[in-house]
Amino acid sequence: MTELRTHAAEIAEQFSDHVDVTEDEVETKLQQLVEEYQVPLDEATRSVRNSYLDAAGLERDDISGGDSERVVVNEIEQDEQWVDLRVKLVELWDPRSDSISQVGLLGDESGTIKFVAFETSELEQLEEGQCYELSNVVTDEYEGDYSVKLNRTTTITEIDEAIEVGDNSETIEGALVDVQSGSGLIKRCPEEGCTRVLQNGRCAEHGEVDGEFDLRIKAVIDDGVATHDVIFNREATAELTGIELEEAKQLAKDALDTSVVADEMRTDILGRYYSVTGPSVGQYLLADEFEQQTGSVDAESVLVKARSI
Amino acid sequence: MSESDSDSVSREVAQRVFAAEFNDASYTFKESDDDRAPVYLLLPTGERANRVFVVGTLTETEDVGEDDEYWRGRIVDPTGTFFVYAGQYQPEAASTLRDLEPPAYVAVVGKPRTYETDEGDVNVSVRPESITEVDAATRDQWVVETADRTLDRIDAVDDAGNEYARMASEEYGDDAAAYTETVIEGLESLESTDELDGGEGPDQSEGDGNAVPDPEAQP
Repeated sequence: MTELRTHAAEIAEQFSDHVDVTEDEVETKLQQLVEEYQVPLDEATRSVRNSYLDAAGLERDDISGGDSERVVVNEIEQDEQWVDLRVKLVELWDPRSDSISQVGLLGDESGTIKFVAFETSELEQLEEGQCYELSNVVTDEYEGDYSVKLNRTTTITEIDEAIEVGDNSETIEGALVDVQSGSGLIKRCPEEGCTRVLQNGRCAEHGEVDGEFDLRIKAVIDDGVATHDVIFNREATAELTGIELEEAKQLAKDALDTSVVADEMRTDILGRYYSVTGPSVGQYLLADEFEQQTGSVDAESVLVKARSI
Repeated sequence: MSESDSDSVSREVAQRVFAAEFNDASYTFKESDDDRAPVYLLLPTGERANRVFVVGTLTETEDVGEDDEYWRGRIVDPTGTFFVYAGQYQPEAASTLRDLEPPAYVAVVGKPRTYETDEGDVNVSVRPESITEVDAATRDQWVVETADRTLDRIDAVDDAGNEYARMASEEYGDDAAAYTETVIEGLESLESTDELDGGEGPDQSEGDGNAVPDPEAQP
C-alpha cells in the first residue's frame, strides 16, 4: 500500500459509520491535493478529513483520531477507540467464518484480549508466541466483553522483546449483598469437556445426564458505588464457608434437599465485607484470593475529612 | 459509570445511609412510566436509593401482623433507628427476625419503602431482601464506610449536572451539609464503643455448626 493509500484507508475507516465513503474516493481527493496542488500529504489529509467532518456535521472529537493512543489491554473499556498495543500473540483460534483471516488472544502485562483480523484487510499473518507492536487497532464491545479489530490501516511491527502476559487480575472490595441462584451444591454435566451446570438434571447441550456434584457461589459484592458479580469455585467456596463438598452432600442428604446448602452458606457470608482478587471473565470476577475485612477501616481519616467540610 | 447506567438489567447499588438521613427522606420517584420501573427514594444528600445496605444493632422484634405473621425489627445505628418489616413475601427475612434474640448485630440488604400516616407524615422503612447476624467488626466497618459515602454525596452536591442534588434541594431544602454532623456523630460513637466490644459473647463464636441458631438442635 502506498503511504497515500494508507491515509485514505484510515480516513475512510473513520467515517464509514457516519457517511457513505469509499477508500477510492478519499484517495482521489488526496491525490488531487498532493499531485495537482503540491500540498504536503499531512496537510492534504487534514483538509480532506475536515471536508468529511463538515459533510457529516460532526465535530473533530466525534470521530476517532489518526493519533491513536498506546494502552494496555486491561484498560480497554470503551467501544470504537483507536489504540496502539504492544502484545504477544498468546494463541490462535480457528476462524468460524470465511471473512475472518485470523482470530485469537493477544496479551500484555495487564492481561489478555481477543483480536480479530478480517480477510478484506489483507494484513500479514501473525504467528503464535511472537510479540508485536500493533498501531491503529479498533476496540469493539459485545455484551460487556471487549476485543480489538485489526483493520486495513493497522501497522504490524514484529518486536524482539519477551512480553510477560498477565492474568487480568483485579481486586474489589465491598459488602457481600447477594448469593444468587445456582449457588451452593450444584450438579455439572459429566460429558467430556462440558462443565455446564444442570437445571433440573438437564444439561442445555447434552439433555438428561447423571450429573456430578460440585460447590460454587455466585455472589454480588457491592461497595456502595458499583456492584460486581463474583464466582467462588469449589476450593474458594469451601474456604469461604468452611463447608467442604462431602459435608455439603451430607447436609443435602439429611434434608432431602440440596437448597439447604446454599441457605447455610448465605447465613455465613451475607452482609460481611470482603476483598476479592482474581481474573475477570465476562461479567464475572473469579475469586482466586479473598479475605474478610474486619476492622481494617480507618475511622480517623474519615473523621478528619468530615471536620474539614 | 454511565456505561452501567444505560444497561437496563444492571443491578441497583445498595446505598449506604445513616438512619438519621434515611428517616428524613420522604420523596419517591420513578425514572420512567413503565409499571415495572424501579422506585427510588430520594436521599436528602442528593442520591437515589432503590436498595440500601444497613448494619446495626437489632434491639427489638415484634410480630405486628393480624392474621398472618408480619415481623417488625428495630435496627439501631449511631444516629437513629431503621424499621424493617418482613411478612409472607419475605419468608427468609421474616424467619430470621422470628429466630433472632435481640440484641444482635445484623446486616440488612433491602428496599426502601414509604407510607403515609393518618396524620399525613411520610414514614420510611426497609423491606429486607436478606437479614444476617454479623459481628461488631462488620458493624464498625459499615459505620466508617457509610460516613465516607455520605461525605462523598455532600461533596458532590454542588457538582454541575448532579440532578439528584438539585431534586433534593427542591424537595427538602438546601440542607445537605447538615448531614456532616450526622457523619461526625456516627464516627465519634465508634471511639466510645470500642472498649465495650470485648463483652459481646455470642459474636465471638464462628466457624462451626454451633454458631447456627437451630432450635431443634437444643436439648
